[in-house]
This record gives sequence, C-alpha cells and structure tokens, in this order.
Amino acid sequence: MLDTLLPILLFSALALAAIGAVRRVRLWRQGRPSPVPTISGLMQVPRRYLVDLHHVVERDKYISHTHVATAGGFVLAALLAIVVHGFGLDSTILAWVLLAATISMFIGSLLVAKRRSPPPSRLSKGPWMRLPKSLMAFSIGMFVVTLPTAGILPEGIFQSGAGWIAALVLAAVIVWGLGEMFFGMTWGGPMKHAFAGALHLAFHRRPERFSNRAGGEHRSTGLKPLALDDDRTKLGVEVPADFTWNQLLGFDACVQCGRCEAVCPAFAAGQPLNPKKLIQDMVVGMAGGSDANYAGSPYPGKPVGEHAGTPHGPIVDRAGGALVDAETLWSCTTCRACVEECPMMIEHVDAIVDMRRFLTLEHGNTPNKGAEVLDNLIATDNPGGFDPDSRLHWAADLNLPLMADKREAEVLLWLGDGVFDMRNQRTLRAFISVLRAANVDFAVLGTEERDSGDVARRLGDEATFQSLAKRNIRTLAQYRFSRIVTCDPHSFHVLKNEYGELGTPETPADYHVQHHSTYINELVLADKLTFKAWKGGSVTYHDPCYLGRYNGEYEAPRDVLRALGIEVKEMARSGYRSRCCGGGGGAPITDIPGKQRIPDMRMEDVRETGADLVAVGCPQCTAMLEGVVEPRADIKDIAELVADALIIKTPDDKATQSKPAPAASRTVLEATP
Amino acid sequence: MPHDVSNTNAKSSTPSGLNVTVLVSVGRHPLTARARRSDQDARAVEMALTLQSASVSLLHAGQQDSENEEAIRGYLGMGIDSVDLIEQKPQADVIPALAKALRASAAQLVLTGTRAETGEASGITPYLLAEALGWPIITGLAAVEKIEQGTAVVLQALPRGKRRRLRIRLPAIATVDSSAPPARQSAFGPAKRGELAIHLEPSAIDEALGTWHIQPARKRPKRLKIVKSSSARDRFKAAAAKADGGGGQTLNDVTPEQGAEAIFKLLKEEGVLR
Repeated sequence: MLDTLLPILLFSALALAAIGAVRRVRLWRQGRPSPVPTISGLMQVPRRYLVDLHHVVERDKYISHTHVATAGGFVLAALLAIVVHGFGLDSTILAWVLLAATISMFIGSLLVAKRRSPPPSRLSKGPWMRLPKSLMAFSIGMFVVTLPTAGILPEGIFQSGAGWIAALVLAAVIVWGLGEMFFGMTWGGPMKHAFAGALHLAFHRRPERFSNRAGGEHRSTGLKPLALDDDRTKLGVEVPADFTWNQLLGFDACVQCGRCEAVCPAFAAGQPLNPKKLIQDMVVGMAGGSDANYAGSPYPGKPVGEHAGTPHGPIVDRAGGALVDAETLWSCTTCRACVEECPMMIEHVDAIVDMRRFLTLEHGNTPNKGAEVLDNLIATDNPGGFDPDSRLHWAADLNLPLMADKREAEVLLWLGDGVFDMRNQRTLRAFISVLRAANVDFAVLGTEERDSGDVARRLGDEATFQSLAKRNIRTLAQYRFSRIVTCDPHSFHVLKNEYGELGTPETPADYHVQHHSTYINELVLADKLTFKAWKGGSVTYHDPCYLGRYNGEYEAPRDVLRALGIEVKEMARSGYRSRCCGGGGGAPITDIPGKQRIPDMRMEDVRETGADLVAVGCPQCTAMLEGVVEPRADIKDIAELVADALIIKTPDDKATQSKPAPAASRTVLEATP
Repeated sequence: MPHDVSNTNAKSSTPSGLNVTVLVSVGRHPLTARARRSDQDARAVEMALTLQSASVSLLHAGQQDSENEEAIRGYLGMGIDSVDLIEQKPQADVIPALAKALRASAAQLVLTGTRAETGEASGITPYLLAEALGWPIITGLAAVEKIEQGTAVVLQALPRGKRRRLRIRLPAIATVDSSAPPARQSAFGPAKRGELAIHLEPSAIDEALGTWHIQPARKRPKRLKIVKSSSARDRFKAAAAKADGGGGQTLNDVTPEQGAEAIFKLLKEEGVLR
C-alpha cells in the first residue's frame, strides 16, 4: 500500500506547493517593478546562502549548527525522497544516504525543540512552536519508510498484519511532515522562510551587499535616491503595494527569529517599535488581513490585533488604526542594528525611510520638531535655523584657511553643523590643533558649507536632501583636494555613500572621505604625531552607528586609542553590535516617548565596564551621552584625547615651521583676483 | 498638533459651506532673505483650513517668476489644490486687481496676514481692500469660533495674551498675526503638483513706488532702560513690568459717535490730521 500511496502523497504535496508558490509570487508582484538579473541572481543563491547568510547565522553557534543539520538534512532528504520514493528508484546506496539525511534532520529538530523549551521572548510562538514537531514527523516518517528500501527491514513488512496498522500510522506522520515542509512552505507556514528566503537572496535589492570570489568590502548602506522629477508618481510608500516587489519578497522571507528585536534600541527603550513586528505587519498588509495572528512580542504599549491593512490600503492613517501607527516609524534611529543582525538580509531601515518619505513629502506630517528642522534646513541650510554667515564665528581666533582663498588643499576639512554647537566646537578645535601639529595642508569651506542633508534624508525629506547635496556638490567641484576629512560620521556617510549617485558628469561626487579617527590613525602610522603617556583612568569606546555598521570602521579609532597608550575596556555591545546612542535618524527631533531613554541605556553599558571615560567619535553621540545625568563616565571625542596628549614641538621648531604657512597663504591670497 | 487636523474640510467644498479666500504673498526669510511662504499668511491659510465646512481658495497678485512660484507653491503644500495668481507688473498697485477679483468671487470671509514680508510691507493692503469693497475689517484674528447666518463670532488677539470676542457681519476681511496658531508643514509632493491658475489683469502702476529706493530693513538697537536700584527685586520688577503708554485712555460703553470723536481728537493732537 505504501508503495502506491507514497508517490501520490509526494507529488500531490509538490503540486500543492507549486500552486502556493504561484499565489505567493503574485502577492509579491503587487509591488512596484524593480529590474533584477533573473538567471545570474538565481545562480548566486548557493554562494549567498552558504557564505553571506551563514556568516550572519554563525554569530549564534548553536543555531548555526542546528540549521546546518536541519536544513541540510531536509534538502537532501527531500530530494532523495522524490527520487527513491516518488520515482521508485530502488537503490540501496541512495536509501542509506536518505537515512543519514533524515537522521541529521532529526538531530537538528531535537536542537530546535530544545531551543524552544521554553522559548526566549524574542522568538515567535504560535505556528512556530509546532515546527520542531513537524520536522521530527518528516524525518521520522521518511526514516522509517526508507528502512525496507535500505534492506534493514524486510521488504513488504508493511503489508502484513500489524504492518498494516503501522503503515497507516506512518502515512499519517508523513502527511503531517509533507504538509508542513512542502505545502506549508508556499502557503504561509513557518517554512515559508526557506522558499521566500532563497528567492530573496537571488533578487535582493542590494546585490552589492553580497561577497564574491574576488573578496574586498561588501557593504551597501546608502539610501536609494527617490526620483523627484516625475509629477504623477507619489513620493514614498503609502500602501504596501508601493514597495518594490523584491522589497515585499524580502519581508516575506522573515523567519521571525527576533534577533532584530533583541538589538533594537527603540524596542529596548519601550518606544512603540519592534523591527520584527514591523516586517510582519508589511507581510500582513501585502496579503491583506489583521495582525491578530502575530505570535511574537508586540510594539511596546500597542496590543496586537488592533491593526489591519490591505495591499492597496494606507499603511499609516492619520487617525491611527491602519497597518502601523506613525510613531512606530518615527521611533527608528536608523542605527541599522536590525539589518546587521538579520540572518535573512532584510532591509528594515530602507522600508522605514520609504514610509517616512511618504509621510513627510506627501502628508506633510513630520512629528514634533521635524517640520521646524526641515523648514530651517530649507531656509538657512542648517537644522538650527542659525544665520549661515555665522558658520565660522566659533573659529574667529583660529585663522582657518578657507578653500575660497586657497583653491586647493591636501585635506578638505568638513566641519558639519556641529559648528553651531558649543560642545562640538571643542572637538573641532581639538582636531584642528592635531592637524596643525602634524603640519597638514588643510582648508575649510567656511560659509560655503551647508548641512550634508543627513537629517533631512532620514526624516524622509528627500527633496531637501537632494537640494542640499546638489549645492554642496557644486561647491566642492570648484576646489581641488585629495580627501575630505570630517569629525561627523553622519556627514562622512552621506558624503561617501550617498552623494555619488547625485553627481553629474561635469561635477562627479565620488570623494575619498575619511572619518577623523581614520585620518589621525594615518598620521600616527606616518609618525607625524608624538604623544605623552596616558595618565587618565580606564577608557571604553562607543562605536558610532554611522562609522561602524554603516562604514565598517571599527579598528582605526581603537588603534588611535592604543597609540595613546590606552587599553580599551570593551563594552558587552561593541563593534558591529554597538548599541545606538539614540541620536541618529532624526530620533531626537521626532522624539517619540518610551519608557526609558536610549542614551541612559548606553551609559549603563558604559558603567558595567567600570570605565571612567567614554571615547566617542560623533557629535550626536557626544550630545546624547553627555545628556545623561551624573554620576557617569566623562565623554570625550577621540580628537580631544589626541589633542590633550600631543607633544607640541619646542618653540623654536614651531616658529620655523609655522611661519612659512601664513606667508604661503598670503601669496595665494594675492594671486587670486 | 495642527498637522493632525484633517484637511478634508477644505477639499469637500459644499455649495452651502462658507467661502473663504486667503490672500497670500511671497515671504522672505529674516536671516537669509530667501523667498518662502509668508509666516502670517501661512497662519491665515492654516486658520482657513481648520474652519468647519469651509471651501478655501487662495489668491495672490504679483509677478510670476521662478522664485516667487516656489514660495507660492509652499502654500499649496499645505494641502490645497490650486492658487489663483493674478499676474501684475513689479511696480503695480495690487489693490484694484485684488478688489476686482474678490468682488467677482463669492468670498464671504477674506483672511490674510497683517503685513507682507517684502515690498512696502506697510500693512495697509487689507485696509485699502476693505475700503474698496466696503467691508468691515478686523485685525489680529486669533480664532474663528463659529459662523452662522451671515455673522461670525471671532476672537481678536490683544497685547499680552488678552482676547476679545467680536461678532462681525460677513462678508468681512480679517488679518492674522503671530498670535494665530502656527501653520502646518508644507509637503513637497502636493506643492509640486498643485495648480497655479494664472489670470492676466492690467496692472495699475504705482508711480510713486517707482521713485522709491527699497533696501532691507535692519533691526535698530534698542535703548537700554537703566534701572538705578540696588535691590534685585526692583530690577526684576522693572524688567518684567508692563511698558505703560501712560497717556492712553480707555473708552467703555460709548456711542460710535463719541468713539469717533475721541479718535478724531487724538489724530489731530498727534498731527496726523490737520
């Protein structure tokens, strides 16, 4: 009986899976078009899975072993089952391999079950709780049914007496297993992640994120520009169908592991955001329905079951009650911790900014100080609404060389909007003293500089970002410099990764941009700086999101600290897992209330290390962390630490070295009309 | 928050609803002198948009160039579909054109800022318009409380946060100053897509204006009030005290004739009238 039943079961499960796959693909194709290389994308899947995805999964050794055993066992067992039992190929060797595959899968499913007893809060419950049992059903069923083929049990054992009953039980177990593994894969069960995930890897919106054989850096963190010229299309994402189809596919690939939830600073602070829930809400919107079936942690303070949506219905409603509430989107600090942790390579931040773009550009509904900041950026080119002509007032005594006078310099020092902030002015002064100590040929844009557009872009105001960026690019095009150095990782990121696409053939915007910590490290390596011995207390280092996760610079700041003689006491969450200070993405401007403040949590991380001082490399981080009430560790920018430790050469040396500099600048001054 | 107020009222222009016309001008940022929506005019638009069942139309008279257009589009970004733009020469007196357009429209309430941020910025336009149309004018509107049977009950803002409730007969002109609620955010998409309905009108050239030399106003330094007192309490009182005019006179419960008489007398004393 089983010999006839098994092929029928297998092929009908496969047929149903195929029908489900077509339905699922049609759900994704509701999205906006986005051209992808179909064949070469599909060819990339094994490498992207085995190398890039596994690289992320492997950060949790337990689940990586579990997944290798389970998924590897399942893929092999499923293929062999189709050959051996579906087509009835009577091969003892294949049957033995099939047995081995099911054993591997069974061991994996035991590990899955162990992890879920009891499940940690970040994991989703509901249908996910039955998954280990379903995995066992499939593996045990396939194992037992293969025993006669492998010759371990006599052929025909299931056709006699008690064997009939055993066969019926076995058939039921196999139906369960096939139902979850084949049917459920395309009809929305937990195994959907395998089907959607494989295609998501093939058609990812940022293919440059994945490594290739040539090696090198593979990072893609700049936001995609929005076409503003087309008068008919709406700007940003209003309804789920406004996402590109491969974004929808990406949402559907979510395996609800909750790693994003575990690292999200807004979620930890009790703000109404949970990246996992957000992605699930997008899936709910794409398929239509309510979030009542969601079985993970909700948005803090927002019970599950009150929100619903459709593919062509608004995601955010002014009155609330649509798919998500606006404050969920405005809680994000764009720290990218979720994207960094996501084993399915889902792009949460892109999705959030896409939806913010609609709220700002079409609704005109940026919360709290958002509208004021954007108006200031439009009218005065800086978020504070300060007189743009007063940009250099803080440096009245520094006699900074201006690009407008020099026309060219080795280093263009991008000062950023921190020039209006008294705390950041100390950092800038420190860095300038470092540059002068190393005799660097540098110049600043002065009043020609504008806000880089970072805040405008993260607040969804792509129009203001592009306007600022294009004017900055035109300004930069007038001057010759070999690199841009800045103390602000946000400007650094935008100049380095987001201006390029706005350049034109006449004014290309591909700059060599460096964070000041990287540049100081170069100066140290070139022996241009000499330091006193470090006499302070213990120091920890806070990685800025836009320097670390966005641009992969983890080492240079630590190297500089080491060169100062400081041994860094690392926080539990540092490097790519660094916790955001709460200052990015316009979060301090939109200021969505939570149960606690993100910088307070970060200073608690600092306190656990026992460090007396936090070294930072970002004006936002400085402001956010210094806003934490005392007693707490001191906060100092790396530039300040370096400047404090500088050994300035003897007055005689200095005089001979510094005198030619002003003279040189004067000759340049005369040369220019 | 003003942004949360649904602007569907403005769009559902029922024939029975109130017709509100807002006169808008090209503003100028105080620090950078960039063209923008004028702050007070934008507050007027905001007030019109929050009125129940009002149909709002925007009217601007002036020259049409790219910088001005961007500023005018700022008002469209508040959620309005189109603005009527009466094209005028740079040195035109816009009063006749505006009066003609308002007479031809069915406007019952005309809102505008107290004074423009560019040009003469004398703040006299609403008065001249009211005179030309023969409508009452009310200044410093803080809120419109209700509108029924051809009259409106409004709150007028007085100095130091005082409010006065007034009942005015429509049609009327009302000016809005900084005591009105702030304008909502202007969204880029609607601003770009909104329509500028351009009407050509002959310009009444203001001959006098042509001879004027216009330059940006500069803030004059204020004379410091030096308080000779040793006690901090006295200095604080002096700093926080009302700047009393001294010579003023409050008239309560007087007939219009008596009131007019008092004003007439004051104007003669001050040498405004001879």
